[in-house]
Amino acid sequence: MSSQAAEGLGSIPALLQRNAHRFADRPAYREKEFGIWQCWTWADTEREIETLALGLLNLGVNRGDFVSVIGRNRPHFYWAMVAAQSVGAIPVPLYQDAAAEEMAFVMDHCGARFAVVEDQEQVDKLIDIQDQLHQFEHMIYIDPRGLRKYDHRRLHQFSHVQEQGRAAREEFLAELKSRREALDYDSTCVMLYTSGTTGKPKGVVLSNRNIIEASKSSSEFDNLTEAEEVLAYLPMAWVGDFIFSIGQAYWCGFCVNCPESADTMQTDLREIGPTYYFAPPRVFEGQLTNVMIRMEDAGRLKKWLFDTFMAHARKVGPAILDGRPVGAWDRLKYALGNILIYGPLKDTLGFGRVRVGYTAGEAIGPEIFDFYRSLGINLKQLYGQTEASVFITLHPDGEVRSDTVGVAAPGVEIRIAENGEVYYRGPGVFEEYYKNPESTASTKDAEGWVATGDAGFFDKENGHLRIIDRAKDVGKMADGRLFAPKYVENKLKFFPNILEAVVFGNDRDKCTAFVNIDLNAVGNWAERNNIGYASYQELAGHPKVLEIMRGHVEEVNRSLASDPMLAHCQVHRFIVLHKELDPDDGEITRTRKVRRGVISEKYADLLNALYDGSDEISTRTEVTYEDGRKGYINATLKVCEAEVVPVEAPEQVAAE
Amino acid sequence: MLDAPEGYTTEDGRKIGGVVMEMKNITLRFGGVVAIKDISFDIREGEIRAIIGPNGAGKSSMLNVISGFYNPQEGEVWYKGAKRPPMKPYQVARQGIARTFQNIALFDGMSVLDNIMTGRIRQMNAGLFSQALWKGRAEREEVENRGAVEKIIDFLEIQHIRKTPVGRLPYGLKKRVELARALAAEPSILLLDEPMAGMNVEEKEDMSRFVLDVNDEFGTTIVLIEHDMGVVMDLSDRVVVMDYGRKIGDGTPDEVRTNQAVIDAYLGVAHD
Repeated sequence: MSSQAAEGLGSIPALLQRNAHRFADRPAYREKEFGIWQCWTWADTEREIETLALGLLNLGVNRGDFVSVIGRNRPHFYWAMVAAQSVGAIPVPLYQDAAAEEMAFVMDHCGARFAVVEDQEQVDKLIDIQDQLHQFEHMIYIDPRGLRKYDHRRLHQFSHVQEQGRAAREEFLAELKSRREALDYDSTCVMLYTSGTTGKPKGVVLSNRNIIEASKSSSEFDNLTEAEEVLAYLPMAWVGDFIFSIGQAYWCGFCVNCPESADTMQTDLREIGPTYYFAPPRVFEGQLTNVMIRMEDAGRLKKWLFDTFMAHARKVGPAILDGRPVGAWDRLKYALGNILIYGPLKDTLGFGRVRVGYTAGEAIGPEIFDFYRSLGINLKQLYGQTEASVFITLHPDGEVRSDTVGVAAPGVEIRIAENGEVYYRGPGVFEEYYKNPESTASTKDAEGWVATGDAGFFDKENGHLRIIDRAKDVGKMADGRLFAPKYVENKLKFFPNILEAVVFGNDRDKCTAFVNIDLNAVGNWAERNNIGYASYQELAGHPKVLEIMRGHVEEVNRSLASDPMLAHCQVHRFIVLHKELDPDDGEITRTRKVRRGVISEKYADLLNALYDGSDEISTRTEVTYEDGRKGYINATLKVCEAEVVPVEAPEQVAAE
Repeated sequence: MLDAPEGYTTEDGRKIGGVVMEMKNITLRFGGVVAIKDISFDIREGEIRAIIGPNGAGKSSMLNVISGFYNPQEGEVWYKGAKRPPMKPYQVARQGIARTFQNIALFDGMSVLDNIMTGRIRQMNAGLFSQALWKGRAEREEVENRGAVEKIIDFLEIQHIRKTPVGRLPYGLKKRVELARALAAEPSILLLDEPMAGMNVEEKEDMSRFVLDVNDEFGTTIVLIEHDMGVVMDLSDRVVVMDYGRKIGDGTPDEVRTNQAVIDAYLGVAHD
């Protein structure tokens, strides 16, 4: 880890200056608008950011102020973040779909004076909460629609702020330069709030050193260049998007493409054909489910071709991708498959040009992972955290396995504590939790080691790290045996029909589960089998659906039974929930991690029914609509029994 | 206030102009059936004017009179200060009056984009020859019109279905596409025949927002027939109430709400 800034470039605005010279005419941002990809070169970008930064000075942004950025991925927001940095302020991107009180908490916690938002919806949301925010002053919006009649004393249109900045250029340029030059490796680059499965969000402070070092080493690891294309579609408040769309993009000088709207992401992905791509497992799952659903409806010849060549791809595809020896006949057949099936399929999915693809955040099903690898897509896993500026471990090319998360990222050291918890340290390690020294101290020790909160071990075969579960979720059953809920949940979620699963069993004598159906997959199945339903709730409670779910649970039980460590974690009874677990209800985080505490409290009656032996339970559940209103749904749910493979009590007691 | 000839300003700060269209003693008959009987009312520039009434009250007929689909046997239609002679619907459309239909009337096999492009027909003047060769004026016009259509697509947030055939869309989106096509004509008066019928609450909220935004952003005068009272009361500046072909009320939503004749028409009265 160097104490000197890499190549003398100690901040994102400094990288912008370099790119505006070195890559002046290369595209930096694209956004599809009015049906056409609009493009900004690095030189354009520098001008846009400079005028905005001048405009921010004109509005009175001080050094050290916090500027909230709330909206979907658009070039304007990325510019706003870099413009804020340029004037010495700290950008704080927030989840745009967060409820008003979540936003209020975060903005109050950091004392944001300014916010850059997208449209009327966000403006309204902030107006609702601004009375609780003492320090909050000005709001800048991008889309003026519907906002004309609003009181504009503290409300400004993005383009007007830029115009005013342009007009006041002479006045503020010297100030801008001096503030920009004052930035160094130790100054704060960004503050990101972690969603947190328990407790209030924490503000993770990341310095320029963290972001630039992490971006630099990871870019070198995968040989990223200025020629990459990425599609920015994941929430801007998430550290991954900050690293990919700002850190690495500014370090390498590659182009960030923004979709037209959230709903057009798939079309836009295909049009751009990114070379470097990131998606959480659920996106890959969703796409695979879609492909399979459409193949069900395809003609016989097409289906035969697909099945035949996919079987061949599964056999030799990963080996070809890893450069291992494969026979000439198999290669020929694979090449033919590439022309007939794999190539067109990759193109449809938008993966035609992907050179490096990553998935992270959750375990990915081995079948899903292998499906994409067998098509020749270099999909890899990484393991990361906001506190690490993403990268802790990643898969090197040619050493990819679905059950590991790879080797330590360049410059990162990893240590496994005695209780199995994974610790790391490196140049990407965060500075602190903002205004929260206790949490900082309990997470990061004096030597810079950070506790991940995950339990894992190094695979003896290849030295890769394997993550078992959240350390705090790993518990003990009533008889003292190991209880690893996530491991079982992941096995359940690998079925396309199951969207979400929550397994219980801590301090109990047997395991049980809540299951969410995947409306897409199960709905399609219902359509094909002429099963009518009027609502999610009705479909989820359909006897045949319950039968399918039972089948899935029993299959998981059989697979668990073969694992001596976890055979006792088989699911005895389960309930198919009448509603989807939803971040608006606080049941899962915005990054879709299960909040166990909330769920077992909210559904206490159902949980009770899982253990008291009843066959049915009537319940009433509160739901929150998108606009924050509350409602109730009533349901009578069946408690299903699943067959369990008998296992003998283990001879040896698990080592402590 | 509402009678001020030069217009007025609403509570939320919108400027309503003078009278742009006036119905004078309209009577419409189909054989022996009197659909509209001696109705008069006016429409002001920039306002949202609702026509309500129970089933069979003659609301759609009234809209059809405005759009030129029916020519009334008696009475006069005044538009922009001049008496309108009997006209064909296409002539009325040329005057800047566009509409949507109660039962969606789109081209099912065509894409959303193409459907909306048909709304630009008034703005396309290139000859057959030029169109066929795709040169000069035809090409220029297509590009211009496509630009205008894309702005509307963006405005109504239907980018994701731009290339989808209309026949495959759910009902709520079809309604939105129909609104888009009407908007593509850049009308000065927009007639909406039950834009929210058959929608769920969320779709209604979206549609209401779009109607308000259209009015606000383009200053379009909107005449709207709607059954959902909540929507009508929230959206409109003034309301005409019809029952059995007669006008039984006219005024602001509050005035109409408390009008005894209107209450009787909706809730029914005891026949003695």
